[in-house]
Amino acid sequence: MDAPSDPYPRLHPLGDAAWIVEFGNAIDELTHARVMGLAQALADAKALGLWRDVVEWVPAYTTLTVHFGVSGLGDAAQDAADALLALARHSAPLSRPGRRWRLPMCFDAEFAPDLDELAKARDLSHEQVVALMTGTAFRVYMLGFQPGFPYMGGLPAALERPRRATPRTDVPERSVAVAGRMCAVYPWRSPGGWHLIGRTPLALFNAARSDPAWLHPGDEVHWVAIGRARFDELERAAAVGAVQRDAWLDEQGSST
Amino acid sequence: MSGFVEFVDAGAGVSIQDRGRTGHRDIGVPLAGAADPVLLACANALLAQAEDLAALEVVLLGPVLRAVGAPIRLALAGDIAPRLTREDGHTQPIEPWRSLTLQPGEVLAVGPCRSGIAYLALAGGVDVPVVLGSRSTYARAGLGGIDGRAPRAGDRLPCGAGQGAQRQAARPFAHATGPMRVLPGPQDAHFDDDAWRLFLHSDYRVTREADRMGLRLQGPTLTHRAGLGADIVSEAVVPGAVQVPGAGQPIVLGVDAQTIGGYTKIATVIRADLPRLAHARPGSVLRFRAVTRGEALAARRELAALLNDWMSRIGPLRATGEPEESALRTGNLISGMIDARPDADCTLPWD
Repeated sequence: MDAPSDPYPRLHPLGDAAWIVEFGNAIDELTHARVMGLAQALADAKALGLWRDVVEWVPAYTTLTVHFGVSGLGDAAQDAADALLALARHSAPLSRPGRRWRLPMCFDAEFAPDLDELAKARDLSHEQVVALMTGTAFRVYMLGFQPGFPYMGGLPAALERPRRATPRTDVPERSVAVAGRMCAVYPWRSPGGWHLIGRTPLALFNAARSDPAWLHPGDEVHWVAIGRARFDELERAAAVGAVQRDAWLDEQGSST
Repeated sequence: MSGFVEFVDAGAGVSIQDRGRTGHRDIGVPLAGAADPVLLACANALLAQAEDLAALEVVLLGPVLRAVGAPIRLALAGDIAPRLTREDGHTQPIEPWRSLTLQPGEVLAVGPCRSGIAYLALAGGVDVPVVLGSRSTYARAGLGGIDGRAPRAGDRLPCGAGQGAQRQAARPFAHATGPMRVLPGPQDAHFDDDAWRLFLHSDYRVTREADRMGLRLQGPTLTHRAGLGADIVSEAVVPGAVQVPGAGQPIVLGVDAQTIGGYTKIATVIRADLPRLAHARPGSVLRFRAVTRGEALAARRELAALLNDWMSRIGPLRATGEPEESALRTGNLISGMIDARPDADCTLPWD
């Protein structure tokens, strides 16, 4: 049913200092590859000293939002509009994953209060849910809601469920959750309406690093099931900084 | 040696802010930063220091501060009425819009913010660790500020003694008045002419759900066009974006807004008017006016000129009968006169 990715991107103003470049309205890998392609083209051009007025850009499912600096000197966003649209039309889609991760996830009952309900609603066994979660390549479409909160697409249709009718007031940090056709990890304790089906022992955001978020838009994530003992061990190691980020990269995928 | 500011009482709605955290929105880190960067610049200018240094932002009740170890200098910008208590117990009111030196043991009770928002700058700037390029507090994720949180009683911040004579502005800084100016979009097409007429010609009252993340408004319901609806594929949002969820009551996003949102945005407040939004409080009434990009640019120029004019009228502290007056008379006046800002007509306090 999804419409093909619109070949003609459009600009929408987000205030007087940002453009939303829209590539279509379907949440799919093709559209997102065009979003990431424009992000890459901007990064490459900025590395050459171009696009000086561009402050940063934010990839989402179908859009790349480009933020400009503002001053009283002129309208930097307006001046760049035609060039941005041209770049969006001509930049190549970026379909290879940024990085490939193999991340540990524990399905222990304490961490997965919604797993049984989800399994029952979808007529699956506990083991089938675990097999579906660990057999899927999830794609990070964007980060938002909280710092480092990844919206990951690719959840099998067999696990699709609407959000909880009543959001939880307190979701523990590092919970792995699903809703709709998405999977996510809560980096911070917060309210939340997604179904909690496990937890990772790794803190996927570290503000002390210059590159604080493990996962970036375009990355691919594979969940690896671990038992409770291994979870506790990794959690203790992570708490004292004894977990190396790179150890969780799939070597074949560490192209960037 | 440098002295310290000690929080005797932390107040309410007090946070450490600079110009915020740009460059990390792609990984979901909100901007945060001073809700009114213009007043932040004013407070720092009263100390003749860089306009972007971190300061204390006060939304509700200002803190009670004591100088410890050595004289400290601070400056006050906003609609506040602090009281200074000397070591002998003598108290006196202090006008804002000036710098002030506290001797060790002296206590400044900043008091409530009577309207809008206020800033307290410390000589040398509030020195807390830089996290992802900024000292601004984003408490929801424990970023910036003092260990990622608001100040508490007993906290101490280093503070310099400042240099030269005390300074004072000729008058309070006053923002422009009138409707909040918006650029239509990005989802302006989700609303028909009737909804637009209501949006641009009605009063919208700020509800109690108002904080640095955003202001929930109450007013005439804005109905989405049939078939387009209130939800969109989630995309980036910015401070000033006017979201309209299905119930039709707008939410104006603030400086702590999340980076991604899934509601339609009828319009976005222009950058020149974002500092004014910071002054809205529960019960405030907002009106909106649609402008062109050219008008948005002109508004930025007007704001820069307004700020530059205000700064050009900072001078030595006028006689108040305070002990510092004697220091002024003995010849420190020379450092009082100002300080033109380079490119002032174009320089905004967030460039």
